Amino acid sequence: MSSSKLDPIEPHPLPSQVVKADEPMLVAAAKAGDIPAFETLVGRYERKIFRLTQNITQNREDAEDAMQEAFLKAFQHLGEFQGNSRFYTWLVRIAVNQALMKLRKRRPNVVSLDEDLDTGEDMMPREVEDWGPSPEQRYEQTELSGILSNMIGELDPQFRVVFQLRDIEELSTEETAETLGLSVPAVKSRLLRARLKLRQKLNQHFRREKTP
Amino acid sequence: MKCKQIISELADYLDEALDPILRNTIEVHLEKCKDCRIVVDTTKQTIEIFCNSEPAPLPASTRLRLHEALAKHLRRVRA
Repeated sequence: MSSSKLDPIEPHPLPSQVVKADEPMLVAAAKAGDIPAFETLVGRYERKIFRLTQNITQNREDAEDAMQEAFLKAFQHLGEFQGNSRFYTWLVRIAVNQALMKLRKRRPNVVSLDEDLDTGEDMMPREVEDWGPSPEQRYEQTELSGILSNMIGELDPQFRVVFQLRDIEELSTEETAETLGLSVPAVKSRLLRARLKLRQKLNQHFRREKTP
Repeated sequence: MKCKQIISELADYLDEALDPILRNTIEVHLEKCKDCRIVVDTTKQTIEIFCNSEPAPLPASTRLRLHEALAKHLRRVRA
């Protein structure tokens, strides 16, 4: 029988910030060559890493290859993981580099992350209205994942990579800059653009939904 | 402070990376300006929507290929 006394409400941490207690043990075992321990880590993060490689490459085959290569590279280089960051953050850095290599191979003339972007364009949002019910109330989780993934895919690579690392994978601005070889101001400027563009896309999407 | 300046400081404002004086100046503006308030709120919601979204399940064929590749290569790496 359940207790009538309610548990105190505790702050709910974001799923991406939760490190399972067994993770350091699994990483240590994998470092020692324990393949099942590494496979447990793969199972824990494969969905998130595939979303990352898919969002960056926008190509299913490249995303699969980048994910496989990232996990293999992680296993090969586990000895270099010092534990100064979360294992997942370390894995994300490997995966983003694999995904960017695929993207550059397929679109060599389009993708240059370090080019100077014109920041003179007026970024002032033109569509300003409240959104009403939250997307979680409007859509099934799978449907929402698809909508968000398509929206990210419509961004220029320079913006979507920064947004993916900073706002989805929750790397710090400094970690994002270091991973991509960009300056901190460049990351901030691209992040602002990406956030405003995605805000606009969500706004248009919600407005279309409201129109009968 | 003008609306345009709010937008240029928006990323640092949302990341709570502004000094308290500038933050306070922005909040005074937001109290008076409904449009900026909506832009700030909906941009904040945008980040939350993407950040909190669950990744879709891995397609079965993708998962199979990943684990086959790992099974093949990991043992070779260890050998």
